[in-house]
Amino acid sequence: MLEVNSLTKNYGKLVAVTGVSFRADRGETIGLLGPNGAGKTTTVSIIAGLLSPDSGEVLIEGKQVQSDTDPVKLKIGLVPQDMALYDHLTARDNLTFFAALYSLAGAKAKQPIDDALNLVGLWDRAGDKVGTFSGGMKRRLNLAAALLHDPQILLLDEPTVGVDPQSRNAIFENLETLKKRGKTLIYTTHYMEEAERLCDRIVIIDHGKVIANDTLQGLHTLLPVTNVLAIDLDHADGFKPESMLALTEVKSVVLEEGTLRVGVHDLSRGAPVVLRWLADNGHSYHHVSSEQPNLETVFLTLTGRSLRDSK
Amino acid sequence: MIPFAALVRKDLKLFFNDRKAVVVGLLAPIILASFFGYLFGGQGGNAETSKVPVLVIDQDGSDISRGLIAQLSGDKNLDVKPSTLDAAREAVRKGKATAAIVIPKDFGRDAGRALFTGAGKPELGLLYDPSHNVELGMVKGILSGAVMQAVSKEMFTGRGGREMVDESLARVENDTQLAADDRKALRDLLGGVRELNERQDERREREGAPGQAELSRGLTMPYETREEAITSGQNVEYNGYAHSFGGMGVQFILFMGLDVGIGLLMLRQMGLWQRLRAAPLSRTMLLGSRTVSASLIAGFILLVLFGFARVVFGVRILGSFAGFVGVCAAFSLMTAAFGLMIAAIGGTVEATRGYSIMATLIMVMLGGAWVPTFVFPAWLRKLTVIVPTRWAMDGLDGMTWRGLGFSSALAPIGVLLLFTLLFGVVAVMQFRWGTD
Repeated sequence: MLEVNSLTKNYGKLVAVTGVSFRADRGETIGLLGPNGAGKTTTVSIIAGLLSPDSGEVLIEGKQVQSDTDPVKLKIGLVPQDMALYDHLTARDNLTFFAALYSLAGAKAKQPIDDALNLVGLWDRAGDKVGTFSGGMKRRLNLAAALLHDPQILLLDEPTVGVDPQSRNAIFENLETLKKRGKTLIYTTHYMEEAERLCDRIVIIDHGKVIANDTLQGLHTLLPVTNVLAIDLDHADGFKPESMLALTEVKSVVLEEGTLRVGVHDLSRGAPVVLRWLADNGHSYHHVSSEQPNLETVFLTLTGRSLRDSK
Repeated sequence: MIPFAALVRKDLKLFFNDRKAVVVGLLAPIILASFFGYLFGGQGGNAETSKVPVLVIDQDGSDISRGLIAQLSGDKNLDVKPSTLDAAREAVRKGKATAAIVIPKDFGRDAGRALFTGAGKPELGLLYDPSHNVELGMVKGILSGAVMQAVSKEMFTGRGGREMVDESLARVENDTQLAADDRKALRDLLGGVRELNERQDERREREGAPGQAELSRGLTMPYETREEAITSGQNVEYNGYAHSFGGMGVQFILFMGLDVGIGLLMLRQMGLWQRLRAAPLSRTMLLGSRTVSASLIAGFILLVLFGFARVVFGVRILGSFAGFVGVCAAFSLMTAAFGLMIAAIGGTVEATRGYSIMATLIMVMLGGAWVPTFVFPAWLRKLTVIVPTRWAMDGLDGMTWRGLGFSSALAPIGVLLLFTLLFGVVAVMQFRWGTD
């Protein structure tokens, strides 16, 4: 369905993306995961035909976009990161306009507009000006505007930025519905939980390069740990987590907001060692739990940095 | 055509949806144009103009100085008031008076002598406000005429004139170096003047004061002017509102063009540009639709402005209607292209807004939309031919109050279309089609 081959794009001396490759099949959801500035939006912009790559190619059903008016573009729907809506127009007027950009007018446009409004739950607000909408409603309308011409591939550039949990859930449900309809979704985010929930495959991008491209399960196999011990320290000030790496049972360690996350292979052997080391070194704690490793752990393992720290 | 029509319709809808902006956008030029139109002649060119405030300091107190003040006071363009030197200087410095005329002691005597001999000319002091150069020229012109009339009147028929004749006769008799023939000739001349004065005195006594008037008017301008404003035809009066509405229309349409450019830059910030570029639309369609919608809005603004001017101030298109439409259309297109050029070469919205407002105001000013270009220095007047607004103003003036034919609209239309092409080419070449 979609093939991205060795994309490279530079802005002067700044390398935005280099050698980015991945593919997405019909009905598949690909997550482009990476911190801000990693190259996710540049990649999406190249796929949408907004930017020309310095090298590499994008194939949609085996065809490259040749010109601004290439019909291949009809197969793509773009949900930009920014709210791409006219506040002074009603929701229906916005959708009527965006439908017309794809030569849908009159009766031909009515059904897709109604369907899109229904899907995102804004049917009852269709006649209201977008300027009166909440951030979450605008995000949903932003999604609806990309669906009108029934594209096979949907490019979603951080579509949940700045929305409340309820609207985020609503958007996820919309995307899951689209996925069930066989749409191919390319979803950029720096929220690992979103990628974990929605995506079949995850492409991790950092500093413009693809550093991993696999299913969630496949990514977990890259990890040197199978368990994470989460310890809430009483006093985290001055604690140096890297000093724990001297313990052979400890494979990774990161300290965030007073919680120490220690990666170990074998929980039954590693946990006592870690807790004893803390006691021996005078560090008290008030809560201990174990976690399965997640994408955060994967990113940390692959880059040596926390995804959150990299934003 | 569906996307093109949708793009144009959307721009028009956005423009008209913001009703407050539309009303303010139309009211502002109407109010300003009405104000400037009133200042620059009003309807029929009969607007009441304010008199120039002038102070006079009479240190002489002679018949001539009093006559001079009476002459100045009688001029309809001046508001003459007596003053002292210090008070006058302060009033001019504070801008309360445009000029102050200081008539020095013995001015009457010295001016009378200088009239015949050319020697020992007295000085009239003229204190003036440097910000009123135009009025100063007018004051100087009125003053010179009044001085000639007052001095010559006194010299030919007044007491001072008789004393001057008596003095001159005595000098002629006592001048030993004067040839006999010359002495006789001068004696006859001066004697003749004295005899004339004596006869006038007798007549004055016999007939009373009114008889004196005809003979004692002094030197006056040896001509009268017959003024005729050249407009579109006989008995068609100049309507100052025609120029001011054209000027303000040009200014506010340029601002609208600026909004087009800024709007395009904002599209990028809002992500709408990405959505437009993701659709299968050509660049020609994206920019072309903007050009058409901006031109339609500009045309609408001109229509409303001139409609208002027609109904309220009686402004008429006295020249070619087709020419008027042509100039409006060409200017509207030029404005749209100007807006696209701003969007193409602009950086951030804030920075672009700053320098493009400045560029717009300079264009408006040099185009003669605020004040007529004739007040500019000659070099600047020549320079204005490179400013598109100058051509728009020439075209609108020509087709409205000047009443010129279609052929006179061709040059403005042609030049405006050339500017459209130039701005359009720059816009297309410099436009950043990709996303930021």
